[in-house]
Amino acid sequence: MDSLRAGSTREAVVQLDGVSKRYNEGLPSEVEVLHAIDLTLGRGEFVALMGPSGSGKSTLLNIIGLLDRPTSGLLFLNGRETGSLNDAALTQLRSENIGFVFQHHYLLPAFTAVENVMLPMLVHRTFPDDAMRERARALLTQMGLAEWADNPANALSGGQQQRVAIARALAMNPALVLADEPTGNLDTSSADAVFSLLRQANVESGTTFLMVTHNVDLARRCDRTVAVVDGRIVRTTATSLPSGVLT
Amino acid sequence: MNRWAPFEWIAAIRFLREGRAQTLFIVSGIAIGVAVIVFMSAMLTSLQGNFVTRTLSAQAHIQILPPDEIARPLRASSRGVVQAPVVQRPTQRLRSIDQWQTVVRQVRRRADVTIVSPTVSVSALALRGDASRSVSLTGIEPDAYYRIVALPDHIVAGTAHLTSEDILVGSVLAHDLGLLVGDRVTVVPASGPTRALIVGGIFDLGNKAANQRSAFVALRTAQTLANLVGGVTSIDINLRDMYAAEEVAAAVSASTGLKADSWIATNTQLFSTLSAQAMSFTTIRAFVALSVAFGIASMLSVCVIQRSKEIGILRAMGTSQHQVLRVFLVQGGLLGGVGAIVGTTVGSGALRVFHALVRLSDGGELFPFAMPLSLQILAVLLATVTGVLASALPALNAARLDPVVAIRG
Repeated sequence: MDSLRAGSTREAVVQLDGVSKRYNEGLPSEVEVLHAIDLTLGRGEFVALMGPSGSGKSTLLNIIGLLDRPTSGLLFLNGRETGSLNDAALTQLRSENIGFVFQHHYLLPAFTAVENVMLPMLVHRTFPDDAMRERARALLTQMGLAEWADNPANALSGGQQQRVAIARALAMNPALVLADEPTGNLDTSSADAVFSLLRQANVESGTTFLMVTHNVDLARRCDRTVAVVDGRIVRTTATSLPSGVLT
Repeated sequence: MNRWAPFEWIAAIRFLREGRAQTLFIVSGIAIGVAVIVFMSAMLTSLQGNFVTRTLSAQAHIQILPPDEIARPLRASSRGVVQAPVVQRPTQRLRSIDQWQTVVRQVRRRADVTIVSPTVSVSALALRGDASRSVSLTGIEPDAYYRIVALPDHIVAGTAHLTSEDILVGSVLAHDLGLLVGDRVTVVPASGPTRALIVGGIFDLGNKAANQRSAFVALRTAQTLANLVGGVTSIDINLRDMYAAEEVAAAVSASTGLKADSWIATNTQLFSTLSAQAMSFTTIRAFVALSVAFGIASMLSVCVIQRSKEIGILRAMGTSQHQVLRVFLVQGGLLGGVGAIVGTTVGSGALRVFHALVRLSDGGELFPFAMPLSLQILAVLLATVTGVLASALPALNAARLDPVVAIRG
């Protein structure tokens, strides 16, 4: 396994030791979608996660994002083992350390752009304050959306909404951002712009990024690419593409 | 975002505002339900209060009467001898209450009694020319009696002032005998001297039978007509709490050995009608509350399904299960509360219109308008609690949503 261990020489933000995930355990339909995954994500790393559809990328992302629990194996976040934590503690840990960007932006249409960015802070601190609003505006400015801040979320274009979603993911200044095909629904120029913003945030704030993508060009611009096939990490490469595993 | 509102309230209000049409429909439904409850509660309370007031406007809370005469066989049965005498039921003569002044003093000393008024009732014929009508004459002490039956308020001609020569007659009797104020009318009691009295006033009690058969004279005049000089046939009593009449009547009866009839006992039919009305209204209220609860629950259940992705995202960004639960409980409470405020306003407005439009045949009000603040506050509180309870199940479903499944849809 050592040869396939997807590791990093930097301080580990995320560490997976032999993480497996089985569904329908004990039933005839039992299926193992992740097989003893070992993976380390270093602080400030920008890692592309690639693989064909159904290879287990999203499951891996959900487990790292504490939305799902591994069937076996250990997951460390900022050096803290998460298997023994209850749901409330996982939610707290997620709120403080992890930001999500999904393929579909999933902004809350009942709120404006700036309010969407404020939401993770509001959830964490309960009452809104000026500091939250300023931070949200600063992030939107960083995303080039200063003048759209007070628009309803669903009044923005797809690219703009995805940029709001990125700002939202960065709102709590998380140690880790998990992005599930964040450019999957965007045209080339918008995708390029969104990726640049992610990369910029990575460089400026030192946040670790794990981005699921099918876009080879974008993967090439990451620090490292981890390729998953059939629930196994088949290759991890720095700034060059694994061959024959891309769709 | 209101900085004084916590996340749960902000999210709940935004969700409700976003689903405007849905919110409007459910709030309207709740408002109609609450309006019906408020309208019916206020109207029935006023109507029932009015029935009781009207009933008590013509009678005292308690009437003390002499005990019934009973027949006692003169032949005593000796031990071992079986007798089967036929005992004829005695007639109930017009009798005075024995030691009535003592009884009056004794009753006046009770803290729960407000008015004590001795009266004499006697049947008589009222004659004028060729016309005659049977009347029920009541001899009264006006100062005390008018505080029990507000006769002066019902005087349509003349005054309620009574001297020993005066008589107050009902409007129908006055019509039948062609009487005007100042006219003389001859009163012939069943046993006692005939007297010619002067009509001092004509009253209208709003009841044809009462207006046809009732007449009032001074206590002394009635005592003479009834051949009961110095005696009285009943003592009318009013209490601080009219609903305590049964207990007080029992106590008075026990302490005096006289008959004491409470207004509750003499109006059992009215009471059973009122309690049947209250029972049916409680049933209606329960069903309306149930339909409001189901309305809120079904709307929020749909809302949870519609918003499952958003709930998933909120959970992914660190919203706890308890926070999600509270977002939906607050929505239920808000729907109930706002619906109730609108419903209370509509209900009281409708009652005001109903009160203004629906009148008695004489143009008087059907019932006194009353919309107590306590009723409105209670309606809003109950609807809010119903809303929170009704939202419990959808809120639990929302809180239990697996974020992975919810986001994937």
